[in-house]
Amino acid sequence: MAVDYATLKKGGFMRQKQKNNFSLRLRVVGGNLTATQLAKIAEVAEKFGDGHVHLTSRQSVEIPFIKLDDIDEVKNALAEGDVQPGVCGPRVRTITACQGQEICPSGCIDTYALAKELDERYFARELPHKFKFGITGCQNNCLKAEENDLGIKGGIKVSWRKDDCMGCGVCEKACRVGAISMADGKIELDKTKCNFCGRCYKACPTEAWDTVHGYIVSFGGLFGNSISKGDTIIPFVEDKKKLMRICDAAIHFFEDNANPGERFKFTIDRVGKEKFENTILEAYNG
Amino acid sequence: MADFIIDDTVDITDVVCPTTFVKAKIALEELDEGQILSVRMNDGEPVQNVPRSIKEEGHQILKLIDNGDGTYDLIVKKVGD
Repeated sequence: MAVDYATLKKGGFMRQKQKNNFSLRLRVVGGNLTATQLAKIAEVAEKFGDGHVHLTSRQSVEIPFIKLDDIDEVKNALAEGDVQPGVCGPRVRTITACQGQEICPSGCIDTYALAKELDERYFARELPHKFKFGITGCQNNCLKAEENDLGIKGGIKVSWRKDDCMGCGVCEKACRVGAISMADGKIELDKTKCNFCGRCYKACPTEAWDTVHGYIVSFGGLFGNSISKGDTIIPFVEDKKKLMRICDAAIHFFEDNANPGERFKFTIDRVGKEKFENTILEAYNG
Repeated sequence: MADFIIDDTVDITDVVCPTTFVKAKIALEELDEGQILSVRMNDGEPVQNVPRSIKEEGHQILKLIDNGDGTYDLIVKKVGD
């Protein structure tokens, strides 16, 4: 019987150089696994693989040297530990994320909650080519948002609250883009310079800032055979509902316009940046 | 802002990150709750980061004074034991 490699690949089984051996990619969301899942992965790697796993460049785990005949047994064993196979090929891939505000002092958004939401909404969705989402919690950009087809970066939009300010001047120095100046005990915020990093608010002894935690979204990033940085073409996105509407619009644009095997950036370039920007702006404006 | 009486001073201009924060933290540990420490630090990375680190430790920042010579004095009130 002929082996259907495309179907296997879709189910996370990646053909190895070694005949009849597959590296099984697992479903990981936002780079988090429970200890129970890790224990099951270790057990399966020992029993069905060669005793090692590979951590992929996009926060997944692969178990190499799985034999073709063991595939069903492996899937069942993993399911006992709440572990599912991942995907490869032309579809929505692993949603990656940094630790975000629940863990990291620099985080501006709950990246893991967002990763789970995007995973439930889009994971494995069939598209003309691969489509990668990446979520980073702040301007430090540990997760490299702009190298994804759709990158999301957490930010904090601030406005000064005079009544709570004691004029210490810490925020002026904490700002790395020169957006804050202080004169006669008054704070001036240059909104054209502010990059939503939130450092002023986080450093402020009295937290004398009103804040909106939101998202900076980039489109068309690539970091493979071609390299291109995703573009941010819309203003700061202030709520999650709007963010989801924008993600939906981007995916639909790709689905409707891409040629098979064409990455998002090249679809945008071919169809026209203006047309794409209009589509996204429409979603942004609701 | 009311005036404050400085109980102790520490100079962290002779060290680099992360020792800057460590040195300030050790100086704060020597104090009693409510006492005030003046921390002298350099412009650039120390003044960008040290105030926030001290805030995150739970202490109260009262003032940042620009000495006009490329150094700043951060006035901190110790909170907790």
